Amino acid sequence: MDAHAHAHEMPWIRRYIFSTDHKTIAIQFLLMSLFFLVVGGLLAMMMRWQLGFPSEPMPGGMLLPDEMMAPTPAGAIMLPEFYNSLVTMHGTIMIFFAIMPLLVGVFGNLLIPLQIGADDMAFPRLNMASFWMAFPAGLLMLASFAVEGGAAGAGWTSYAPLSASGEYTGVYLGQQLWLISLTILGFASLAGAVNYITTIINMRAPGMTWFRMPLATWALFITAILILLAIPILAGALIMLLFDQTIGTAFFLPASDGEPLLWQHLFWFFGHPEVYILILPAMGITSDVLANGARKPVFGYHAMVLAIVAIAFLSWIVWGHHMFQSGMNPMLGTTFMITTMVIAVPSAIKVFNWLGTIYKGNIHLHTPMLHALGFVSMFIIGGLSGVFMASTPVDVYIHDTYFIVAHLHYVLFGGSLFAIFAGITFWYPKMFGRLMNEKWGRIHFWLTMILYNIVFWPMHSIGIQGHMRRIYDPTQYEFLQPLQPINQFITMAAFALVAVQVIYALNFIISIWKGKKAGNNPWKANSLEWTVPSPPPHGNFELVPIVYRGPYEYSAPDVEEDYWLQDAPPPSETAAPALEPQPVAD
Amino acid sequence: MSWLLPDSYSTFGPDVDFLYYAILVVTGVVFVITEALLVYFVIRYRRRDGQKATYIHGSTKAEIIWTAVPFIAVLGLAFISIPSWNMMKNPDSVPADALDYIVNAKQFEWEITYAGADGVTGTADDISTINIMHVPVNQAVNITLRSEDVLHSFFLPEMRVKQDAVPGMDITVWFEATRAGAYPIGCAELCGNLHTTMGGTLNVYEAADFEAWVASQSADADDADDADDQEDQ
Repeated sequence: MDAHAHAHEMPWIRRYIFSTDHKTIAIQFLLMSLFFLVVGGLLAMMMRWQLGFPSEPMPGGMLLPDEMMAPTPAGAIMLPEFYNSLVTMHGTIMIFFAIMPLLVGVFGNLLIPLQIGADDMAFPRLNMASFWMAFPAGLLMLASFAVEGGAAGAGWTSYAPLSASGEYTGVYLGQQLWLISLTILGFASLAGAVNYITTIINMRAPGMTWFRMPLATWALFITAILILLAIPILAGALIMLLFDQTIGTAFFLPASDGEPLLWQHLFWFFGHPEVYILILPAMGITSDVLANGARKPVFGYHAMVLAIVAIAFLSWIVWGHHMFQSGMNPMLGTTFMITTMVIAVPSAIKVFNWLGTIYKGNIHLHTPMLHALGFVSMFIIGGLSGVFMASTPVDVYIHDTYFIVAHLHYVLFGGSLFAIFAGITFWYPKMFGRLMNEKWGRIHFWLTMILYNIVFWPMHSIGIQGHMRRIYDPTQYEFLQPLQPINQFITMAAFALVAVQVIYALNFIISIWKGKKAGNNPWKANSLEWTVPSPPPHGNFELVPIVYRGPYEYSAPDVEEDYWLQDAPPPSETAAPALEPQPVAD
Repeated sequence: MSWLLPDSYSTFGPDVDFLYYAILVVTGVVFVITEALLVYFVIRYRRRDGQKATYIHGSTKAEIIWTAVPFIAVLGLAFISIPSWNMMKNPDSVPADALDYIVNAKQFEWEITYAGADGVTGTADDISTINIMHVPVNQAVNITLRSEDVLHSFFLPEMRVKQDAVPGMDITVWFEATRAGAYPIGCAELCGNLHTTMGGTLNVYEAADFEAWVASQSADADDADDADDQEDQ
């Protein structure tokens, strides 16, 4: 109670701006990353305009400066250098400032202390610092659009030497800001990662053994380890590239005996674990929501944990599959093909266990459940299309085509983003105390699901026809001209896909004030966050919870209800509990 | 919209296309089974009030099966891919009688150098063209791929050839076209503002026509240069 009262005495700025409460920081990350999700989406719409209607005046293009759009009497036409900036910034913003903070920043902060029964993170101030590094890093990234030469234009992968010297693109300051921004964001991620790891190892409530942790927390724990190990490699590479750009080093500049492939090795040695940083938490969220919707324990809980660990381990030895056509020794290509094929196995295990989870369930198709099922069905496609690229001879043909664009969007949009929708809708009560509207949630889900597939499914097909990615004007290639109607079709569908997200945005905003009051446990779920009020008070738990069982005891025969809270004393011990709940130490 | 590959016209084509269709069949079967089960379970086990789900925690037997089967399947796909990969990318696989070429990439064009009459690149009788590459049919060509500025990627879709050009590296690329005709050359690696314009044409000739073209080029190097300049424009 002390902690609760204490919260209300704090000045407004400590409670909402420079807060050390993990739940407030989660909401801060949520608002930040949803903002960047919108920005990243709008950048994609401009790209889609150019791809669907190459070099035709873009509606509203006159509002943008002449460095981005060439003004003509008919309207403003996109410049190729701006298109390259859009390609780069769409990828960068979506990966680093939308999906990663949504999964790790939002759900890591919100769920870890609540699900393990802790009052907050191990290092609350470091946690606050994490957000207050990430947010300015994002603003710096956006600011790079306004500098001379425009924003970085060498792709989100920033391959050297294109990225290492402005002489090749005319982008100097924009690329440097890109590097500085991501370096700062890297420190934010590291601060978060050490916090999550320490919190999970040290602050689990009595009885919360490792194998009683919900899979969302398990996934976030393994993800945090990946971040801790991967980000320093990225930061090192970013700083080396920044030195090449600014103080005359030549790590990646071949003219001075630098090695361009070194950048690719460093980038993807970080980058492939990063891919799993972007999917593991989504898998954890999906597991929690699927069990809840199916009213059944997660099928093969231990196998699910082991699969996460296996994916995390293997993610360190597959980076070369991004480099099959890079000029790397072909013998290495064979090695990386085998490891890459093997990493499909734990992903397959997870899919089969999700199917096992809904098998013989009593399935409640609430909005989060729909999104979780959407995740599974789309992740199957994204996972299977990955097998094509893993085969090195097939990769020769489809590498750097729209097949890859389709694949990565099936994983990151169909996968991660559907899980994010599931997670936001599911845990919305723990942030705002209310539920989002179910009816509009379902309408949004179905429209998104259908339009999403209309946008990205045909990209497989145009990739198979040889359509390269990252080209400003596909009609410049005669052999791609017959594909132009498909490009136009994709563009129109993409506009519709973005438009229906307004439904989600309105549902999100209006529900903060008008949503149905949630109560402690609106989904009849088991894990510890559902034992406390929505939203939980400062300090979360009035008494340190005692955990008696795993998080997925749905439909257990021992109890009448179809759920069983983790801290509910077992029937035999109701009379004389073995462990007395202890007051929270202040 | 199609999942069929466009026709291929090189000796790599059958290998790549076979592997692609093999993977398409394997993943297609998995796709249909898993998605169908997902939909079936959602319909079959939809909510019924007053009823509980079946309390199952898992099955070790099931876990072993669905670990072992995918493991064998993907390793199988990996192993059948290895010989084709070695044939396509291992420099030792280049046939001894292959014609030598140099392809030099730069922002934003492909400069192709032919060995000329002496059969050796880097000599005075070399021929060069920009963005248009001439090769004989049914004859392996051995390309030394270079770049003089940034990364590019030499992409011949119908030949099933793609290889990044890396400044500071000489990379061996080879292929053997199996049908005369004109095919696109593309750049598949973002290389700067005009990346999209970095296309070209691969002209595959019958052997006699190729000889004639080489002769016409070698007869008068100056004329040849002029002709190339005109081809560019």
